[in-house]
Amino acid sequence: MTTASVPLPNWISYGLIPLLNLLLAFFFSGLVVWWIGESPFEALKFLIQGSLGRGDAIGFTLFYTTSFIFTGLSVAVAFHAGLFNIGSEGQAYVGGLGAALAALALDHYVPWYVTMPFAIAGAAIFGAAWAFIPAWLQAKRGSHIVITTIMFNFIGAALMVYLLVNVFIVPGKMAPETRTFLEGGQLPKLDWLMALFGLKLGPAPFNVSFLIALVMCYLVWLLIWRTKFGYEMRTLGISPSAAIYAGVPYARTVIIAMLISGGLAGMMALNAVNGAAARLQVEFVAGAGFVGIAVSLMGRSHPVGIILAALLFGILYQGGADLSFEMPTITRDMIVVIQGLVILFAGALEYMLRPAVVRIYQQFAKG
Amino acid sequence: MSLDPSPAPAIELVGIDKKFGPVHANKNINLTIAKGSIHGIIGENGAGKSTLMSIIYGFYQADQGQIRINGKPIVIRDSQAAISNGIGMVHQHFMLVENFTVLENVVLGVEGGALLGRDAARARGELERLQKDYGLEVDLDAIVEDLPVGAQQRVEILKALYRGADILILDEPTGVLTPAEADHLFNVLRVLRDQGKTILLITHKLREIMAITDAVSVMRRGEMVATRATAETTVEELAELMVGRRVLLHVEKGEAKPGPVLLSVKNLTVKDGRGVKMVDNVSFDVRAGEIVGIAGVAGNGQSELLEAIAGIRKPSSGKILIDGQPVAELDAARRRELGLAHIPEDRHHMGLVLKFEEYENSILGYHRDQRYGSGAFLDLEAIRKDAEDKIAKYDIRPPNPRLKTANFSGGNQQKIVVAREIERDPKLLIVGQPTRGVDVGAIEFIHRRIIETRDAGKAVLLVSVELDEIRSLSDRILVMFAGKIVGEKTSEAGEQTLGLMMAGIAA
Ligand SMILES: Nc1ncnc2c1ncn2[C@@H]1O[C@H](COP(=O)(O)OP(=O)(O)OP(=O)(O)O)[C@@H](O)[C@H]1O
Ligand SMILES: [Mg+2]
Repeated sequence: MTTASVPLPNWISYGLIPLLNLLLAFFFSGLVVWWIGESPFEALKFLIQGSLGRGDAIGFTLFYTTSFIFTGLSVAVAFHAGLFNIGSEGQAYVGGLGAALAALALDHYVPWYVTMPFAIAGAAIFGAAWAFIPAWLQAKRGSHIVITTIMFNFIGAALMVYLLVNVFIVPGKMAPETRTFLEGGQLPKLDWLMALFGLKLGPAPFNVSFLIALVMCYLVWLLIWRTKFGYEMRTLGISPSAAIYAGVPYARTVIIAMLISGGLAGMMALNAVNGAAARLQVEFVAGAGFVGIAVSLMGRSHPVGIILAALLFGILYQGGADLSFEMPTITRDMIVVIQGLVILFAGALEYMLRPAVVRIYQQFAKG
Repeated sequence: MSLDPSPAPAIELVGIDKKFGPVHANKNINLTIAKGSIHGIIGENGAGKSTLMSIIYGFYQADQGQIRINGKPIVIRDSQAAISNGIGMVHQHFMLVENFTVLENVVLGVEGGALLGRDAARARGELERLQKDYGLEVDLDAIVEDLPVGAQQRVEILKALYRGADILILDEPTGVLTPAEADHLFNVLRVLRDQGKTILLITHKLREIMAITDAVSVMRRGEMVATRATAETTVEELAELMVGRRVLLHVEKGEAKPGPVLLSVKNLTVKDGRGVKMVDNVSFDVRAGEIVGIAGVAGNGQSELLEAIAGIRKPSSGKILIDGQPVAELDAARRRELGLAHIPEDRHHMGLVLKFEEYENSILGYHRDQRYGSGAFLDLEAIRKDAEDKIAKYDIRPPNPRLKTANFSGGNQQKIVVAREIERDPKLLIVGQPTRGVDVGAIEFIHRRIIETRDAGKAVLLVSVELDEIRSLSDRILVMFAGKIVGEKTSEAGEQTLGLMMAGIAA
């Protein structure tokens, strides 16, 4: 109650404090690395080099970033309406089905840019559909969205495995995945974009869905801050009682917000399925949905913040993989610990440093 | 009543200055408050009263100046420091954890480690003693959100006393109280004063200043413009000092010319969450061109009645017709389309989204209107223009539609709501406590707007716990007691008669 409501300039709230949090997270990660007997500075060097040091490293980093932008936006949209969507993981997974169906149906006949809108629609519609039942249950029955979306992550995973093993599997093959899409069903890589900066993409799967993600960032910004529906979502999210007073229809707002949220999560599949693998595989989401929660939290549910946070997690993912390759004592699990620390400091402990910053700021402001 | 002649005043403020960006909330404030006195502070909305109190309480830091407590200069960095210097505060907007019990709220933050159980027992004993000494009765095991506001306020006072406050700051404590509750509070304050405690009281009600304070200071636009011994001043002088002009303390109004019925309530019954009848088989009509006032002690069903009419609360039986149309199936938005406007009693929970910028709140409930953007998009240009017009017309300060609503002073927040609802030119205006926390100048203005609304041929239903307000605005007065309408009077009815009816004694 003491310092929480003291207003701070934006550059402190949105610039300095997140930066300090991040430094703190890196400091503790460094301690962990040091504790297992490695040099924190070496580790940091590998992390940075592995994620930003070469063209293909950057390509991988941006590939992960793309997935995290989609899932981060998904969580953020729901959050603005006061809903905690834990189900982006499952929605992305099922969204993959829509994206793959579009590709499988069209790749023989048309070029990729004709397939693309259908893949986008397929991914979004299937992702939204997977969010619909939890949304409906929340809106009409009051079943808590956190619980139902978690349940739907499990159901979605089971459903997808069933479909891949029994329906989509290529006869005679062992791997539970669809056939590889022809070029007409893929999203092309962005070599040309990298080339503009004099970088070579190499084998990295950085693809057109990155641009789709950026467009979505803009559209989400428009939706939330410029439309009447976004206004209703924010009213409901901040003050449910004011929403009743204003006549914001609860069920309708909850359901539509969740459909949009699920749709955005589903679009993550464009990146992984149509862009990278060119086929639908088991567990292709690989936790990106959960990372989206952290990304949205860190990015303060604002598209610009989400892009930055997604980039940070992209760096941690790609650089972390490289790091554990270069320093075998730092296992994948250690990388997860470091990611956890970033989430902890940058997201959950957002307010830990604030009182101190407020105090110092007030000293300065007094002059 | 004797003032302690001890030389060191309880509080001395020297050159206190505070800016919020471009807003100069406190300008070089000097103020001395005698120990063992009740000192009133008055001033227009946004004059800087709450800010000054927040500085004393360590909630804000002054940019410049010094605070001396009992003659000793101290630095109050946060409320913890204020508390340890014996300063307690009852905020304009309560700071209680709504789903905790009274006892839990009081000990919150001073639990003293892991000994919650034993401490709670000791706290209970201590609190029971405080309650007896000062007449602060409230059920210690009740959940705070179930308590009426008067009781919640007593919890705030208990909280401060329990922490050992010698100086008690009350920011508009009576804004939400019934006259009887206010009297009760004043008795408590007198007892506190007589035991040597010092009390700083902010209020917009000059009558209260005259009734209870020993001295009074007036703030205007951030400055401390005058301090008077209460015995040597008058309500008229204070009002003029505050506003800088003469204020009409009573609005003029002509005869009502009632037209067709615009609101009809038939056999309405509303139950609360536990199935208790809050509104019990109530029927009445409100016609175009008249103001119908509902008088009653807070908690007798008026709030529920308003909410049922506004579409916020579902009645369990009965009918509501707005302009002849049954509205049972319509939500608040549809009812607005029929010409309803609603100034809610509780601006913080309903009327405003405090995290929104001012202009965003200026369309709350009307955001679907074509004038704020055709189709799915908001026309920010038009909305801000509209907000600026209302700000100018209602003298909302500071005149900045981009300021976060939480950063407006209490009275200015109320004006934001009043402006939004009245400027819609509704057919039917329902109003709950329209002038709660509003300064005398603005009360005059809001009252005039309500009467103009009536004179323009609209129907007005007014709920207020201020009997004065009901009597000076209403053409007909319905008295509510225990969920029932126990009688109807004209505005000529005496305070005495109405008071007895409100207490359920005479009809
Ligand atoms: N945190 C803040 N940020 C920006 N401006 C603020 C903040 N708090 C207060 N103000 C501004 O400072 C001025 C003084 O506000 P304050 O709340 O002290 O007024 P007040 O005298 O208590 O008014 P009221 O009678 O309406 O409660 C107002 O213009 C208000 O908008
Ligand atoms: Mg105030």
